[in-house]
Amino acid sequence: MTTIITEKTTTEEVNDSAKKAVYETNQLNLWYGSNHALKNIDLEIMENEVTAIIGPSGCGKSTYLKTLNRMVELVPSVKTSGEILYRGRNIFDHDYGVEELRTRVGMVFQKPNPFPKSIYDNIAYGPRIHGIKNKKILDEIVEKSLRGAAIWEEVKDRLNENAYSISGGQQQRICIARALAIEPDVILMDEPTSALDPISTLKVEELVQELKKDYSIIIVTHNMQQAARISDKTAFFLNGEVIEYDQTDTIFSNPSDKRTEDYISGRFG
Amino acid sequence: MRYIEQQAVVKRMNGRLIANSIFKYVFLAATLVALVALVILLYRIISQGMGHLSIEFLTNFASRFPEKAGIKAALVGSLWLMLVVAPTSIILGVGSAIYLEEYAKQNRITTFIRMNISNLAGVPSVVFGLLGLTIFVRAMALGNSILAAGFTMSLLILPVIVVASQEAIRSVPGELRDASFGMGATKWQTIVKIILPAAIPGILTGSILALSRAIGETAPLIVIGVPVIIQFLPAGVMDTFTALPMQIYDWSSRPQPEFQNVAAAGIMVLMAVLLFMNSIAVIIRNKFDKRY
Amino acid sequence: MRPSVQEMIARSNGKKNKKAIEKIIPILLFLIASVSVLTSIGIVVTLIVETITFFTRVPFFDFIFGTTWLPFSNKDAQFGILPLIVGTLKVTLIATIVAVPIGISAAIYLSEYASENVRRILKPVLEVLAGVPTIVYGFFALTFVTPILQSVFPEIKIFNAISPGIVVGIMIIPMIASLSEDAMSSVPKSIREGALAMGSTKFEVAWKITVPAALSGIIASVVLAVSRAIGETMIVSLAAGSTPRFDGDFTGSIQTMTAYIVQVSKGDAGFGTTIYYSIYAVGFTLFVFTMVMNILAGYVSKRFREEY
Repeated sequence: MTTIITEKTTTEEVNDSAKKAVYETNQLNLWYGSNHALKNIDLEIMENEVTAIIGPSGCGKSTYLKTLNRMVELVPSVKTSGEILYRGRNIFDHDYGVEELRTRVGMVFQKPNPFPKSIYDNIAYGPRIHGIKNKKILDEIVEKSLRGAAIWEEVKDRLNENAYSISGGQQQRICIARALAIEPDVILMDEPTSALDPISTLKVEELVQELKKDYSIIIVTHNMQQAARISDKTAFFLNGEVIEYDQTDTIFSNPSDKRTEDYISGRFG
Repeated sequence: MRYIEQQAVVKRMNGRLIANSIFKYVFLAATLVALVALVILLYRIISQGMGHLSIEFLTNFASRFPEKAGIKAALVGSLWLMLVVAPTSIILGVGSAIYLEEYAKQNRITTFIRMNISNLAGVPSVVFGLLGLTIFVRAMALGNSILAAGFTMSLLILPVIVVASQEAIRSVPGELRDASFGMGATKWQTIVKIILPAAIPGILTGSILALSRAIGETAPLIVIGVPVIIQFLPAGVMDTFTALPMQIYDWSSRPQPEFQNVAAAGIMVLMAVLLFMNSIAVIIRNKFDKRY
Repeated sequence: MRPSVQEMIARSNGKKNKKAIEKIIPILLFLIASVSVLTSIGIVVTLIVETITFFTRVPFFDFIFGTTWLPFSNKDAQFGILPLIVGTLKVTLIATIVAVPIGISAAIYLSEYASENVRRILKPVLEVLAGVPTIVYGFFALTFVTPILQSVFPEIKIFNAISPGIVVGIMIIPMIASLSEDAMSSVPKSIREGALAMGSTKFEVAWKITVPAALSGIIASVVLAVSRAIGETMIVSLAAGSTPRFDGDFTGSIQTMTAYIVQVSKGDAGFGTTIYYSIYAVGFTLFVFTMVMNILAGYVSKRFREEY
């Protein structure tokens, strides 16, 4: 496993200078009521990489992820300060519509959450709400997205069946395909495999590797092995703070902070 | 010295066990009273009304002669009434439920609206009749038309539809909302394309049950002055009309015993309409049960 | 090669005015939601305004303390509401006597004893009973219950308080049973198991554990059912008669508040006559009675709710 990571990093280091940041987070603070959930976060997330966010439960990793597409604002009583630049523009700007942001930034959730509609309608949902009505184009998008999520072969003959008729692992890949359908720039994944069996987990992990060619992926996971397997960079969160953020192999082989070391060696969390 | 003597416990045990089995049957008997009442009620009505039920009964207008009396005007009138009540009450009820569940902030106004709806559900129907008489019949000068009666009935069943729709909307999993918002859908798109389709079985079931209450209500119709003897069919919502329960009330309160059989036959028609509506509700409920 | 999805989205977003819709819809829905508030206000204002007109013609104290209700007399019409209230209370009393023991027993049976199969039969029976239109109950009271009562007690008249009382009782049984059962079912299983493990019988668990624990819900259900009985109109209009009287007789014709409103509405009380305004005064009194009961029910179930 370590060898794979080393290989990967060497190829990346070559390209690194050409890569641009998708997200720059500057001094982000977030409160749920009086609970200070995120403290002075500074992070720069690069395009076409997989960035993993790890940390014990309640460390703020999911909150941070949901702040990146402002889904966190669905919780009443949330307050934020600081800024998050997406492609150079502050997502908290008054004239920055959340819908516009979320059209560029897709999300995959912890539990597979397909709509109670047909598989086809699930994938076509995003394009349709954004005004794409042409049946031929929709057909094309659906096939491309399902292929992109590596599930086309499994469901191509049952596109009109209810999305709940397939297995949980397949449902999660349908949800990934649904996110791909609007060709987002970034895909946020909130513990996407935590409700899946090991084989489905493996499939989703392989898919993530495949997707990073075209997308920037930010994945929250409580599974450190998963972070080590699939990510290029890893951020370690603890009590609402970023303790360490570095190349994944550095974090796992040579962490600079004692707390990171304690966490990845399983001393807490 | 022990506080509890096992022998004394055993001695008392018999009595306790007897009380236990007696009360089991007492409770069962009480429950069966409801069943028995229902059976007697249905039996009485069917045995009285069966003889008078015929095609002519459905196609004749009301008459002074019991053997010629028919229910045509009332049946058609009740259907007309539903034509007004169904859209009015469902639009108002579902709209209110969407507002309360999806848009309303947790503030005093919202609490007030919620409290108000639950209190409205406890207002006697005859009082709604007084409201209809003052506002719709007189102030808005709709007279004793289908429209006036329909609006009154809509307000009467509004709380039932609001509460049922609220429950249906609340039972849509939050993950579906998140998924839709995550795709960049707006709130209204999410409501129309995700939440309402998922909540529609609950909304429809609740609405049909509410409408079947409206179709059987009598008191508000009497108060707003809906007549009984009608020899023509309404042609529009501004026409006067009569309704099934009005007709039944009129027949029941006549002194001639023959009219009691006519009333029973009318009740059978009313109950058949209710049975039909309720079966639709049950079918919807079973068809859409458990989809996630 | 077709343009990218994002390009197509950008193009179609330029056309549509989503933002305007998102702004207008909440306002529209708020207006719809306020219809229920307007209805309440409409009821209260209507009743108060017309009642005030009524009190310009009939002194307030004559109305609430008067023991003679004689509205149709040409010479000396009297509007003392007490006879109508007494009539309402007679019917309500009998309904309560019938419905409370049966309703609560049925609730205990359904929540503590009945198997899933039995419940599957009995619950729909209660639902159907609750869905029977009141006009049907009225017909049943007049044509079935009254004749039976008369055959047993010949002194009972064709119109009386007992028969409609019994039938109103039957009508509110489902309400008491299902609301009380909800309250009992929400008592946690662990509490029952604790009592059973100490050697209690099922009856003792029901009577000493479940019922006391669910008491606030049970009382609230009874209060709500009584409020329903007070406001019930068609059963009493058909079977109780139209003789307002201020006495303790249950066997003869009486008149309730609701039945009076129906009696006047059926006839041709000209707009603007004192009789016309009197139905609002009676309706207002009825409204106050039921509101007090409803608020009381809400208070009981909130104030005395058990914490599990």
